[in-house]
Amino acid sequence: MSTPAIEIEGLTMDFPVGFWRKRMRRSLDNLTFQVDEGEVFGFLGPNGAGKTTTMKLLMGLIFPTSGTARVRGRSIQDVAMHREIGYLPEQPYFYDYLTARELLDYYARFSDYSAPERRERVGKFLARVGLAAAADVQLRKFSKGMLQRVGIAQAILHDPPVVILDEPMSGLDPVGRREVRDIIQALKEQGRTVFFSTHILSDAEMLCDRVAVLAGGKLQGVGAPGAVVGIQAPAMEILFEAREGLALPAGLAEHATRIGGRCRVEVPEQDLYGALEQLRGVQARILSVSPVHPTLEEYFFRLVGGPAASRGLEEISR
Amino acid sequence: MSATVTPVAINTFREAVRDRVLYNLVLFALIMIGAAILVGEISIGIERLVIINLGLTAISIFGLVMAIFIGVGLVYKEIEKRTLYSLLSKPIRRWEFLVGKYVGLLVTLAANTAFMTLGLAAALFYVGRRFERSDLSILGAIYFILLELALVTALALFFSCFSSPMLSTLYTLAIYIAGVFANELRTIGDFTQNPALLVLTRTLYYLLPNFHNFNAIATAAHGDAIPFSLLWQNTLYAALYVALLLLAAAAVFSRRNLK
Repeated sequence: MSTPAIEIEGLTMDFPVGFWRKRMRRSLDNLTFQVDEGEVFGFLGPNGAGKTTTMKLLMGLIFPTSGTARVRGRSIQDVAMHREIGYLPEQPYFYDYLTARELLDYYARFSDYSAPERRERVGKFLARVGLAAAADVQLRKFSKGMLQRVGIAQAILHDPPVVILDEPMSGLDPVGRREVRDIIQALKEQGRTVFFSTHILSDAEMLCDRVAVLAGGKLQGVGAPGAVVGIQAPAMEILFEAREGLALPAGLAEHATRIGGRCRVEVPEQDLYGALEQLRGVQARILSVSPVHPTLEEYFFRLVGGPAASRGLEEISR
Repeated sequence: MSATVTPVAINTFREAVRDRVLYNLVLFALIMIGAAILVGEISIGIERLVIINLGLTAISIFGLVMAIFIGVGLVYKEIEKRTLYSLLSKPIRRWEFLVGKYVGLLVTLAANTAFMTLGLAAALFYVGRRFERSDLSILGAIYFILLELALVTALALFFSCFSSPMLSTLYTLAIYIAGVFANELRTIGDFTQNPALLVLTRTLYYLLPNFHNFNAIATAAHGDAIPFSLLWQNTLYAALYVALLLLAAAAVFSRRNLK
């Protein structure tokens, strides 16, 4: 059996809160799972669930209260592990006095490339994230989306077999999100392991082989996205055009909302074909039919039965 | 130097240069030359002494201000701005990062001091139209200023690993001032009848960096030679103290959780 790309065993993280009277709070509670070689693995959870904490622990930016983790069999304390891993922090910020080219060249120096190799590599990766034209612009002039792209470029610059991306789609416009999805897909096709966090279900559904769901620092489940989150569309959305004065069939009229000449209606999945027949009967022009995904918030709400999930961190006694 | 320390040092130097810090030096050199002309007019006979005193004191103070104000932000800024996250995801150890930052600032300070020394030399040449053999002791005094800056930078870096720039500035300045008066601290102890105070002043005397020994400005201004023994003793003292401070900084920083 091959070594897992990432193994996390019993990771627990407590941190002190309060100024005068220090209390300990648990942000991660006995987290155990593994990411297999070559898979795209989504790390789902609402804000404050512990996703970033887990990733920072893996990168050695913070130290666990207990538990261990390994990347491709190497302990996360081993500095050589960092040669095998690329990391995009959440909302990355870089030296703004450097240009994108200088920044990537700086990071490439830690990977033993010769100067010509660095030049070639930096140019290639800037082009890959769509920043060739802005390569010599200082980062202080970059937009949030452009910084995110630089962040992705620096994470994959040294061809790491494992790539950890913390909220890679955050702050990007639809085009940027699509590009990041393409990059993740390309990394998968190259056989790399991608472990990325998100709180957007559709991203996970589109890209991931498996996901882990985290809430309040505790693991809620690991598996295929549909199985874990239960992404069965409970409802279908029909978007159609209806001429002025058209009387909608009974049963649909009360659920429909009209926006200009367009109408939108949500029906249970089992009633979809009946509703479509009814709309055809009144000569409405169907524009689209799409499943209505539950939001992650709805999922968590359902999972733990109310706002308890959003309480997140658990205070512990020491 | 290690392959991981050098890029950090270069980047630290580049940051300082692009912050336009070094451009102040050109201005300083010009002011030095201007002041030399003025001093030459009003202090007949002791122009050289006044210029050397003024110049070396200015080099020392300007260097100290840079060492403290850049030094206290060296690590703190990287944590606050989270630029450290991407960097530490590369194969670099935390102590290597610290040493890189330290060396980078030291190179910046050395470049700064070199520029200012040129300004001082220009002022001296303007007044005397020649250099004298005794002027060599100015270089000795400047070397001591560099050693002093190396020590102050290590102090600032150490505090920067666990406290805010404001507090680090206070701590560094306090230790610097106490270190300048280290010899007086010992004398106070010698005069006291209180054994506890004697122990305290002696302990502080040996613990605090003795900055008094790095001041050779008066010697250089009078054209006296700096003893060779003082050169190597000060070098060894500074090297040991810096090494201890960097070790302590690495010990603190290696265990620190980055927020």
